[in-house]
Amino acid sequence: MSSPAVEMRSIRKSFRRRERETGAPWWRRKWKDAVALSELDLTIEAGGVTGILGPNGSGKSTLIRILGTLLTPDAGRATIFGWDVVSEPMAVRRHINRVSVEAAFFKELSPWENLLYAARLYGGEMKGTRSRVIEILERLGLSMAAIDEPMKQLSRGQQQKVAIARSFLTAPSLLLMDEPTTGLDPRSKKEVQVLLEDLRAERAVTVLLCTHDMDEAAALCDRVLMMDGGRVLADGSPHELCRLHAAGKPGATLEDVFMNLTGKSFALAEEKEDA
Amino acid sequence: MRIEVRHGELNALAGFAERQLHVVKRYWLWEIVWLFYSLVSVLSIGFLASGLGALGAPKGTFDLRATQLYLLIGALLWGYLSLVFMEAAFAISWERWEGTIEYTFMAPVRRITHLMGICLFAIGYGLARTLVVLVVAALAFNLDFSHANFVSALAVLAASTVPLIGLSILTAVLPLLSPQKGEQMSIALQGFLLLVSGVYYPLTVLPFPMQVAGALSPLTYALSGIRRSLLQRASVEDLLPTILVLLAMGAVMIPLSVWVFAWAETRAKRLGLLKRSG
Repeated sequence: MSSPAVEMRSIRKSFRRRERETGAPWWRRKWKDAVALSELDLTIEAGGVTGILGPNGSGKSTLIRILGTLLTPDAGRATIFGWDVVSEPMAVRRHINRVSVEAAFFKELSPWENLLYAARLYGGEMKGTRSRVIEILERLGLSMAAIDEPMKQLSRGQQQKVAIARSFLTAPSLLLMDEPTTGLDPRSKKEVQVLLEDLRAERAVTVLLCTHDMDEAAALCDRVLMMDGGRVLADGSPHELCRLHAAGKPGATLEDVFMNLTGKSFALAEEKEDA
Repeated sequence: MRIEVRHGELNALAGFAERQLHVVKRYWLWEIVWLFYSLVSVLSIGFLASGLGALGAPKGTFDLRATQLYLLIGALLWGYLSLVFMEAAFAISWERWEGTIEYTFMAPVRRITHLMGICLFAIGYGLARTLVVLVVAALAFNLDFSHANFVSALAVLAASTVPLIGLSILTAVLPLLSPQKGEQMSIALQGFLLLVSGVYYPLTVLPFPMQVAGALSPLTYALSGIRRSLLQRASVEDLLPTILVLLAMGAVMIPLSVWVFAWAETRAKRLGLLKRSG
């Protein structure tokens, strides 16, 4: 695998929706394009954790979905280890997995039933799957009493651990993590972060971590891309970004970098996008 | 490599069926409710036939037993088909609701394997549930199978499975086209099939345009073949033209439905419709 883990060239993605302008009659709606990604160029070499940092609506999830073969770009080309995400989706899918903000599972089914389903879809050797599942879940600190309970009875943190176990089970070369710690209590969040650090140390896996948690990005990522409005504003290691874009402020954080680059605070940008 | 891929696809095929089985097991109480609903639907049709005399049909002008069997075959087959349609359509809309659809669509599995897995489980499950309803109906109405040829009935049923898979995949497309209204659209499609396929009446009572639509429905041929085998002891040879029509319809419908599904998937990916809703 000499090709970069991820390569994106001039990727554009917009979503069309019909909107009614203020004061216009209910039946008069106009098509409007909401730009999610604008002429994005990106290369990520294999290995390490790359953070995509940005407020809601900055294009992080769209980027992850395009790489996950779940969205097609309007223009441009994206490849994973040299395979095109649009024309060679099956080859791409064999090498990736994803952990999203929502721990998406069949909630009535148990962690074991959900993980068995995932293992079957990825077509690996089924013999010994149960012991592999137990091993991974134990390592993630999930109680074995929970393995055959319906997912709906597990806490949000426990569900997210099962989601991470699902991605580990298929041994991906590229792991797409879309806000995996959002909404978790501080303890679960810390556990997930420790897991990511262990993963980085142990396995030859490239991790793309989307987050809007500045401290998480600073602690876990080798490289950070700061995004806003579908564009990459800055790219570098957390240390470099603080040095180059925080206007010489001593003890600068990634929050300061974002403010300096956009002229707005991160929290304000989040609120604006949510509104 | 090819053998590995084939093994992987078979594994995934089993995975989809196994997942559906786990879901049915977890919702076993609801399954009993649905079984009860199927039973009362079929029994009410049986009693409708029993009451035809009381409704004014002159005695001796029709064979009550044959009429009852005619209607019950329609009710049973319709119950089976509607269950298979709903299982296929719900499998997609349910995945969207649970949020797992993106994970399933991200898995390295051919779409035909995914859809076949869902349909094969739905068919197996539908047959099992219909068998229970059939046994209860046979006991309740003391059905007369003295003119029945079960072998040819099974042959027609097996042949009808092929276009049924095609129709089920087409039904599963609807929730992909419209996350909000897809399920309701699949119910409307079922209703139309019920109207034009001669489930409870011969096609000849319908206006001509509906008869044309009925001639295009595989359900029409499945019903006609099974009725002939169970009411007139028609043999497999007698029913060969019907069986061939069903197989030919399947040969067209399966590739067509997979193509339509692929188109709908491409559209969903372009418009961003695979995201969780609900």
